[in-house]
Amino acid sequence: MAEEAYQQTAIKMVNIEKYFGVVCALRDINISVGKNEIVGLLGDNGAGKSTLVKILTGVYSPTRGDMFIAGRKVDFKNYNVRKAHDLGIETVYQDKSLGEKQCLWRNFFIGRQITNSLGFIDIKKEKAIADEIMIHTIGFRGKGITVESKVSQLSGGERQGVAIGRAMHFQAELIILDEPTVALSLKEVRKVLNFVHKIKEAGKACVYISHDIQDVYEISDRFIIIDRGEIVKSIVKTEISLKGLDDFLLEYAHGLKDNG
Amino acid sequence: MAVLVLLYGAFLITAPSVFTHPLIYMSFLQTVPPLLVLGLGLTLVITAGEIDLSFPAVVALSGFAFSWVFKNIPGAWAPWLGVLAALAAGALVGYLNGLMVAKAGVPSIMATLAAQFFWYGMTILLAGGLQLNLKEVESTAVHTLLTGRIFGIIPAQAVWALGLTVLFWFILNRHTFGESIMFIGDSPVVARVMGIDVEATKIRLFTLMGVVAAFAGLLLTIEINVFFPNQGSGFMLPVMAAVFIGGTLISGGKGSIVGTFFGSYIINSLQAGVVATGITSYWVQSVMGLIMAAAIIINVSIGEGRLKGITERLQHWGLPIRTQISLTAPKPGGQTKTDDASHRNGKEEG
Repeated sequence: MAEEAYQQTAIKMVNIEKYFGVVCALRDINISVGKNEIVGLLGDNGAGKSTLVKILTGVYSPTRGDMFIAGRKVDFKNYNVRKAHDLGIETVYQDKSLGEKQCLWRNFFIGRQITNSLGFIDIKKEKAIADEIMIHTIGFRGKGITVESKVSQLSGGERQGVAIGRAMHFQAELIILDEPTVALSLKEVRKVLNFVHKIKEAGKACVYISHDIQDVYEISDRFIIIDRGEIVKSIVKTEISLKGLDDFLLEYAHGLKDNG
Repeated sequence: MAVLVLLYGAFLITAPSVFTHPLIYMSFLQTVPPLLVLGLGLTLVITAGEIDLSFPAVVALSGFAFSWVFKNIPGAWAPWLGVLAALAAGALVGYLNGLMVAKAGVPSIMATLAAQFFWYGMTILLAGGLQLNLKEVESTAVHTLLTGRIFGIIPAQAVWALGLTVLFWFILNRHTFGESIMFIGDSPVVARVMGIDVEATKIRLFTLMGVVAAFAGLLLTIEINVFFPNQGSGFMLPVMAAVFIGGTLISGGKGSIVGTFFGSYIINSLQAGVVATGITSYWVQSVMGLIMAAAIIINVSIGEGRLKGITERLQHWGLPIRTQISLTAPKPGGQTKTDDASHRNGKEEG
């Protein structure tokens, strides 16, 4: 099995269920992501991808089930976005990760500022570290972008780069990318994929959610396909071609297969 | 700030006898502080993408709270207790506003409008519609501390206002609270995703605004030693004008304390200056409105690098305008407007 190839898991979900009132959004979700594994999460609109992500990142609590981060059980009563950050889970959303009108250095440290005991921010230090991340982690070199630049001046791909760089700097063990390439030009998509490669190189895990099968296929080690709130299949990349994956998804989209 | 200089230039020409006399500047030091103090609080609120329309009622309520305690509680501590009561009343109103906005999800414009009516009504009710004479306050230490004259001439409230300006600059630009405010104003969704407690921050913000408004109320009441039930009513629009002239974005996410500081002086100078130019009193309000609109347009243009566009448009219409502000003059390399704006925005913080 695929899971065995990755002895240590970054995250593991066991029998997770989520109901909104009587509506079942997720059922019998069993997933594990290895410590240096990139998992592509695929599924049609409304399949439950974003609900799953929101449980992972602490935005929602599941109705039932357990979750283990780096082997340790998560107490959902005590689990929220900040706690998820502390446990090394970072999320990059398609467009909700950065404050548009704020400068880059503020965006790097928002929620985790370097402060003195009165809560005043050590601006010099934050800027220096942000500069370091920009050059070394993300590789923004000589592009006319500085830590003082506003996010609104950046292209879509660069924004995702900043968000990913931020996540890597804060020692994220698992970075979740939720549709990071929606509404980006091809060139910008390429940039984002390069950033994702850097996650892999840094030895971290990643869950990559996208509609674009080609992107997902290129960067993922394994694919998890969900449909109508349930996991349909988990396929290792070496076992399937891009064409095969595409056909498989199409069958579900057309309802040719029924997972009953 | 360009607008302030222009304005003073204009007033120096049109009303030289008033604007060359030091007395008017002394008078500003007394009339600007309440406006400025309210503006500082409102700057933070607007930066967070919210609005507070209840501060005039808080100004009245806090004045009443102080006056009532001062009149009805015996002992030497009465004025101090009065100050505490006033600030507590402001904090209470602000906290309730915060609860309505953050917990109940009522849009702040409605929540604080309701609060304005309610607390203004309560103040009139409690005061029985009467003003209170507080002649005895004059001899107390509270009076000296808040509104005394330093070296016999400088109003203490000017020092308070300046101190608060510095404090609020640090809060907005150097404190996690201010940073949270900016991100919330930018996008509450992003703020929440990045781990900011949006609800708690908003409640704190409205509470702070309440306390600040109460402080402004104290300055007003103690300065003249009289409490009027309607003492806050003239402040709503001038304070907002001061904040917006200062360059704080109505859409939230970016606020300027320095801008509000100058904005308050501009608004106050306008009120004094337009009268001093000798325009018929029927014209005063309209002329103020015109100057305010012009000031805001100039500021918005400078802030967003659109001035070049506007002057080009005016030239296109046949107006012989030469760009007088070198900042927006086209550079040899033919740089774009957004580049111009970004360079400035980078340097111009606060």
